[in-house]
Amino acid sequence: MIESIEHIVKEHRFFAGMDAGIVQLVSGCAKNARFDPGQYLFHEGDGADWFYLLRNGRVAIELRDPARGAVTLQTLREGELCGLSWLVPPYRWTYDARAIDLVRAIAVDAACLRRKSEADPRLGYEMMKRFMPPLLERLQAARLQMIDIYGAHG
Amino acid sequence: MADPYPTARAADSIVPPMVPRVARIAKRRREIADVVTLEIEGGAFDFAPGQFNMLTAFGVGEAAISVSGDPADGARLIHTIRAVGAVSRALTELHPGEPIGLRGPFGRGWPMQEAQGRDVIVVAGGLGLAPLRPALYRLFAEREKYGRIVLLFGARSPQDILFRDELEDWRGRLDVEVEATVDHARGDWRGNVGVVTSLISRTSFDPSRTLAMLCGPEIMMRFVANAFIEMSVPQERIYLSMERNMKCAIGWCGHCQFGPVFICRDGPVFPYSQLRGLIAKKEI
Repeated sequence: MIESIEHIVKEHRFFAGMDAGIVQLVSGCAKNARFDPGQYLFHEGDGADWFYLLRNGRVAIELRDPARGAVTLQTLREGELCGLSWLVPPYRWTYDARAIDLVRAIAVDAACLRRKSEADPRLGYEMMKRFMPPLLERLQAARLQMIDIYGAHG
Repeated sequence: MADPYPTARAADSIVPPMVPRVARIAKRRREIADVVTLEIEGGAFDFAPGQFNMLTAFGVGEAAISVSGDPADGARLIHTIRAVGAVSRALTELHPGEPIGLRGPFGRGWPMQEAQGRDVIVVAGGLGLAPLRPALYRLFAEREKYGRIVLLFGARSPQDILFRDELEDWRGRLDVEVEATVDHARGDWRGNVGVVTSLISRTSFDPSRTLAMLCGPEIMMRFVANAFIEMSVPQERIYLSMERNMKCAIGWCGHCQFGPVFICRDGPVFPYSQLRGLIAKKEI
């Protein structure tokens, strides 16, 4: 049986408990996506035209450093959200995202969702409420990584 | 009511508690760059998971080090030590055949009895895996007494993963869930990257039947404890192993006083409910 994109969106952990009307609006901007191991979901500097809700597989968030090569900052997995830059101008990725395993995801057209959010503040507010917790979680994680808690001073 | 935790016994013993006995190093193994495991022989060793010994590097000084070996193995005493100061560095430089001073075991260990019948989530950060390893050995040895056993481990980098081979063995067990993460990694690392707290939100568990054991840097334990509290695990069932400047190990000197408690005598393992008013205070 082929699942409808609306059903897939509704079942994703990130949208748990979301109002059916809002799910429908989001689903109208969504499609299925698949990435092979090693394939990039997006690159630093590119336009943040899509974001991804991971269904299977893991994604490495990376920054490329000339001296060290690719440095992994974070690993994302099933149930998590890949890509926050679509929310804030200038809508450009500030890191690379690489599939570690075979990745299946719901890809959401960012411009489409931004347009619908402008037109329906209810959708925009719902998106903000759902994107803020992972945003803050990642900020807090970055702070802990930055202070190097396991270092010799720890 | 009977005390559910093993407590310091040295003060009740006929052996003067401040006098170390002399034992010998049987084996020395380098774990990671600045961490060494010493196997000590020279007596019958009895301890509870989570307890510590005062180890003496003769001519240098004494330091409190948790036991990292199997509590069922009474013939060998195992300590895993990170070289951070003069005493711990001298201890890590001891070689087989050399003498070492030993006092202990001291302190209250992990609540193994209370954990029975519950799901147990063990969260270790960095060298914090060492004081938790005896508890893990006990959990595995008495596997049928516990529900789910989950080990979440965080390290600085892939090169800093402690007991790597053993972690791999545990990961291969069907009756234990093991997740490891590192804070920093090169692009060729295929494992997980992110702080250890991120593993908690990814683990589904029933808070009403969970007991958590935490050991690692204090700041890590604060955030991990908060994550468990957010997920409705009762504060009385979140246990932390604290580290402060322990000197006498039996509550006489006051060096490790932490508000109204002494870490050496009343801990090092405490329920979060006992520490919550103290742990975030800068002055303590």
